[in-house]
Amino acid sequence: MLLSPVPMHIPDGFLSVAVSLVLWAISLVAVGYALKRVNADVDERRVPLMGVLAACIFAGQMLNFTVTGGTSGHLMGAALATILLGPWAALLVMTCVVGVQALVFQDGGLLALGANIFNMGVVGVTVSYFASQALRRLFQKVAPDARWTLPVNGFATGWLSILVASLACALQLALSGTSPANVAIPAMAGIHALIGVGEGLITAGALVFLVAARRDLVQPENAAPVVAGKAVWGAGLIIAALLAIASPLASAHPDGLEWVAEQKGFLDGAQASIYDLIPDYVLPGVANESLATILAGIIGLLIVAGAATAVAYARRKRQVIAR
Amino acid sequence: MIHGLDARVKAVLSLGFILMLALLRPGAWPIYILCFALLWAAALLSELGVRFIWTRALLALPFALAALPLLFTVAGPSLIAWNVFGWTVTVTTNGTERLLSIVMKSWLSVQVGVMLVSATPFPQLLAALRALRMPRLLVAIVGLMWRYLFVLSDEALRLLRARAARSGDPDGRRRVGGSVLWRAHVTGGMAGNLFLRAFDRADRIYAAMLARGYDGEIHTLPFPPLTAGDWSLLGIGIGVLGLLGTLSLLW
Repeated sequence: MLLSPVPMHIPDGFLSVAVSLVLWAISLVAVGYALKRVNADVDERRVPLMGVLAACIFAGQMLNFTVTGGTSGHLMGAALATILLGPWAALLVMTCVVGVQALVFQDGGLLALGANIFNMGVVGVTVSYFASQALRRLFQKVAPDARWTLPVNGFATGWLSILVASLACALQLALSGTSPANVAIPAMAGIHALIGVGEGLITAGALVFLVAARRDLVQPENAAPVVAGKAVWGAGLIIAALLAIASPLASAHPDGLEWVAEQKGFLDGAQASIYDLIPDYVLPGVANESLATILAGIIGLLIVAGAATAVAYARRKRQVIAR
Repeated sequence: MIHGLDARVKAVLSLGFILMLALLRPGAWPIYILCFALLWAAALLSELGVRFIWTRALLALPFALAALPLLFTVAGPSLIAWNVFGWTVTVTTNGTERLLSIVMKSWLSVQVGVMLVSATPFPQLLAALRALRMPRLLVAIVGLMWRYLFVLSDEALRLLRARAARSGDPDGRRRVGGSVLWRAHVTGGMAGNLFLRAFDRADRIYAAMLARGYDGEIHTLPFPPLTAGDWSLLGIGIGVLGLLGTLSLLW
C-alpha cells in the first residue's frame, strides 16, 4: 500500500560498488549543501514544515487515477515539491522520502540509496527547477497574464523530471554492467515517457487547485525563492551535459539496435505474465522497436534543447552579473 | 536475541554485510550459500521467522527484469538456443551466471535490510544514524516525517475514499467518471489538497512545539556508550564478513 508505484528504486545488487559509491558521494555533497542553504535561510519552523511535507509527498504517492483498464497514473512528487518549496528544500524532502522508502519499506537498497537519492532527488529536483524556471520566464514574455501557463508549466516539468530521472537510472544500470545500455535506455525512457504523463497531469491539477485555494503559496516569490547562484546553474549544466552526451553514446552500442530489440521483444513476451509493471505497449517486437527508436530520438532532442536553454540562461545570468 | 542489540552495531554490521555482498564476484556460489546460512541463523535468532524475511525480501525481485538481457548479451559458450521469428536466440552460460548472481545478491541484501528494520524500532535506528554522523537537521526531519507518515497516509486514504464515494471506484478495469483529463484533474486536486492540509498541519505542529519549549533544536537523549559485549560482537561480525570476502577471492 505504501510502496511507490514508480519503478525507479534500484535494489541492492544491481549497481556495481564503484557506481554506488560515486553516486553516494555526489548525493552527500548535494544534500550537505542543501542542508547548509536551508539552514541559512531558516526560520526554524522549517524543520516541522519539511518533516510534514516529506510525509505528505510520501502519502501523495498513494494517489492514483485509472488511465485505461489496469494501468493508472501516479505521483512521484519531485516536480510539485520543487515548484512549491524551491530546489533546496525540495531536495531535502525528496532525500527523506527516498531514504525512508529504502530504510523502512525496502523500496530500493541501502548501498543503492545514494543512486536513488541522486535519481529522484538530485536529478529530479534539478530538472524540475530548471524546467519550471525556464518555462516561467518564457511564459512571462509570451503570455504574461494567461491562466493556462501554470498548469502547462507543471505538466511539462513533471513529465520531464520523471523522464530524465529514469534516463539517469538506466545509465547507472548500464554503467554497472547490469543491463546493456541499448536495451535499458530506450526501455526505461519509453516506459517513463508514459508514466511521466500521469505525473505531469497530477502536478498540473495540483497547481490549479492551489492557485484557486491558496494563491499565496504558488506565487513565485514566496514559493520558489530565486537562488540561482552560479553553483546551481553550474551543477544543472553539468548534469544536463553528462546526460546529453552519455545517453546517445551509450545507446549507440556497437551490438546494433535491431538485434537487441528483437531479443527484447522476445523477452517481454516471455515475461509479461509474471511482471505486469511493463504495460502492453512494449510487447510486440517490431512495433516496440520502432516506438523505442522514435522515443529515444524525441528524448535526445528534448535533452539537447534543455541543455541549450540552460546554457543560454547561464550566459544571460553572467551578463546580468557583469553589468 | 537480535532485537535487544545496540542499534549502532546492527546498522554497521548490516551496511558491512551489504557492502561485502556487492563486492562478491559473480558465480562464487559457496560464498552465497555461506551468506545465506548466516542470514538464516540471524533470522532464527531474531524469532522473526525465516519465511517472513524471505517473502518480504522477494519484493525487490521484479527489478531483476532490468538484468534479464544479460542472458543474451554476455559472450560465452551457449547453453540453450532458440529459433524465434527467424532469429537465433542464444542463452550463454556466462550470462546466466551473471544474472543469477545479481538476483542472489539482491535477494540477500534485501533480507539484510528486512532483518535490520524488523528487529530495530525506527527511533532507535534514527538515533543510531545520528551516532554515525548523519546531519542533525536531516535526522530531525526524518524523525518528524516518520511521526506524521501514517497520519498523512490516513489523510490520503480519506481523500481516496471521498473520491470513491463521489465519482465511483477508480480501481478495476471499468472506466468511471469523466475523461482521462478530468480524472487526472481530480487527482491533481487531491494532491494539492493533501499538500495544503500538510502545510496547515505543519503550522499547528510548529505552534505546539513552541508551546513545549522548542528552540530550533531537537533534543534527544545521548546514546549510552558501547559495552564490551557490543564491541566484541562488532569485531566478530566484521571479522566474519572480512573472512567471507577474502574466501570469495580464493575460491
